Amino acid sequence: MMRFLRSAFVIARRDFSATVLSKAFIFFLLGPLFPLLLGGVFGGIGARVASQTEQPVVAVVSSQQDFERLSAARDQLGQALDPDALVKLIHYPPEPDLAAQQQRLLGTRQPPIRAVLSGGLDHPRLTGSFDGDPAALGQLRLLIANARAPEQANATILPVTTVRASSGSLAKVRALTGQIGQMLLFFLTILLSGMLLSQLIEEKSNKIIEVIAAAVPIDALFVGKLFAMLAASVVGIVVWVSAGALLIQMVKHGGVTTLPPPAVGWPGFLALAVIYFAMNYLLLGAAFLTIGAQASTVREVQTMSMPVTFAQVLIFGFASTVIGNPDSTEGLAAAVFPLSSPMAMIARAAEQPGWWPHVLAILWQALWVALILHWGSKLFRKTVLKSGPRTRWWKRKPA
Amino acid sequence: MLRRAQHERTADRLAVEAIDLVKDFDGTRAVDGVSLAVPPGSIYGLLGPNGAGKTTTLRILIGIIDPSSGIRRVLGRERPLDAAQEIGYLPEERGLYPAMHARDAIAFMGALRGMPIAEGRRRADALLAEHNLGDWAKKPIRTLSKGMAQTVQLLGTIIHKPRLIMLDEPFAGLDAINQGRLEELIRREARAGVTIIFSTHVIAHAERLCERVAIIARGKVAFDGRVDDARAKLSSIVRLRTRASDGPWRSAIPAGARREGDEWVFELPAAGPEPLLKALIDGGAGIETLAIERPGLHDAFVAIAGNRAAAEMGQEKVQ
Repeated sequence: MMRFLRSAFVIARRDFSATVLSKAFIFFLLGPLFPLLLGGVFGGIGARVASQTEQPVVAVVSSQQDFERLSAARDQLGQALDPDALVKLIHYPPEPDLAAQQQRLLGTRQPPIRAVLSGGLDHPRLTGSFDGDPAALGQLRLLIANARAPEQANATILPVTTVRASSGSLAKVRALTGQIGQMLLFFLTILLSGMLLSQLIEEKSNKIIEVIAAAVPIDALFVGKLFAMLAASVVGIVVWVSAGALLIQMVKHGGVTTLPPPAVGWPGFLALAVIYFAMNYLLLGAAFLTIGAQASTVREVQTMSMPVTFAQVLIFGFASTVIGNPDSTEGLAAAVFPLSSPMAMIARAAEQPGWWPHVLAILWQALWVALILHWGSKLFRKTVLKSGPRTRWWKRKPA
Repeated sequence: MLRRAQHERTADRLAVEAIDLVKDFDGTRAVDGVSLAVPPGSIYGLLGPNGAGKTTTLRILIGIIDPSSGIRRVLGRERPLDAAQEIGYLPEERGLYPAMHARDAIAFMGALRGMPIAEGRRRADALLAEHNLGDWAKKPIRTLSKGMAQTVQLLGTIIHKPRLIMLDEPFAGLDAINQGRLEELIRREARAGVTIIFSTHVIAHAERLCERVAIIARGKVAFDGRVDDARAKLSSIVRLRTRASDGPWRSAIPAGARREGDEWVFELPAAGPEPLLKALIDGGAGIETLAIERPGLHDAFVAIAGNRAAAEMGQEKVQ
């Protein structure tokens, strides 16, 4: 066993160094910058579009007193609704020629005035275009009504006794925590484990596979490669998180404290998230390594990558059936099926207390990592290392 | 059962033993009942044309593939990987990681065989310097010439001081100077007590280096034994030129003798050269020249493996 582990370590050390110390790894580390950059660019465009489609601006041509009452009514409504969702009011003192003032205001682009409210609160009159926006018109009616009778608009005092969480809200938000955990696991794995498809191409193309296969068990080769890539992926994740993109975002919004504590508590959930990421990576990675080991060329690997990605999405879809109902038949099936088990179990950790299911699941997943690797290495020995003509199951002659 | 018992009795005295190895690939029999016995400390050649089954036999012996049937025992172990730390292997298709530095590539091959990486690097530096490649120790493999890269791989094969070295077509692709260096390295390792098995399709290499050879043709071993024994399967050839064209001496010429120009060419009679010489002198032949040529390994190969196998060998480029 020690020799097996030492052999796996020799392979892992070589692969880890070759990956992490290569120039290409810098691009790998910079990889997440591209979506952030794209997010920034498209976010800017979106913000510009949003500013053009945001709530209408209404010019209020009235006395200062009327405008203040309208403005107070707007502030009051803003307590119940998102203030950004309310019409914007700008005060303009009345001019002698109202028609000319209205025409000038409606032609203004900064701010883009949609309508002019004149006549004060007693005889309000709206001039402008509100076609297709009955909500804005409704808001204005409400504001005028509240401004006319502010005493009626005062909110009834409603005493509130705060509890930490109600069952309804807790189940919902814990499901959200589980979903976020699942999504993170899925995206990190899909981003990082695809590399394993092409892991044996180098050895096969430069023929060093013969030297390795003559010196160490193929199982050790597979284990070494898998753990080397897991380690390289962890380095990537650590660098990304340290770089702060995710951290800053989380801190900005209050961090994980804004989410309700998962059923197993935050420390346990985070520990399980790390373990399940590793297991998810190892399980899918072992499968990818096995599939990729059959490929002889980069082109074959590229051809395989699309169905493999779709398979991952399917597995993710299956695992997401756990959300909201971990004890359902589908939820339990997703937890038992090895390839979806880590994602199903991280969602369970958010929603259900109890550690034994996780201990069992981790052992079960580890067993399947070993089985897939062993089966993959046997297949590799049988189909790739033999010196005679290759056997392909789709070309095998019927017996 | 009896063969197995015999095998177990003799295995301890052999570095490598194979009994009735068979390997089938999709209905094609690549190795057909190969049996070998390689004594420790010997230089042993697997001789045969390309496609004869030499590489497959070596791959079975080294443990890359398992035989369809038969027994193999390498350094006393039936699973060759169990003896991996004591074996060095140079495959026919050479390969190294192109981005690796030469010293790291050698140390990596040592590490695969259980040597600590730091010790491997230290030995790699010494070996590279010894082979005039010291300046290339920290250069990537991709910057080395083909001959240099092959030398690096060969050094990686012996870095961990193995007891058994298997070399598959080690001379292929090497120029004459490097072939000479490799021959010297093989002899030096053998002098140190290392068992060396190498495959080749070039008879000259086997003849110069090997004490024992196995001649393989179409997956079968046609001969396994000492090179001298292979040669001994053929009689020496006598080439005789006489001043007298006829006379009593003619009775000393065997019946199957043929004329090649002015010469008589015939197999040396079983009684040896002395009775022949006496009969020629007494019979008044007037011997002008008389040469007794010992048959070479090539002649033995033709006699053992047949003309077809020899023709296949002849079609390949002789280094």
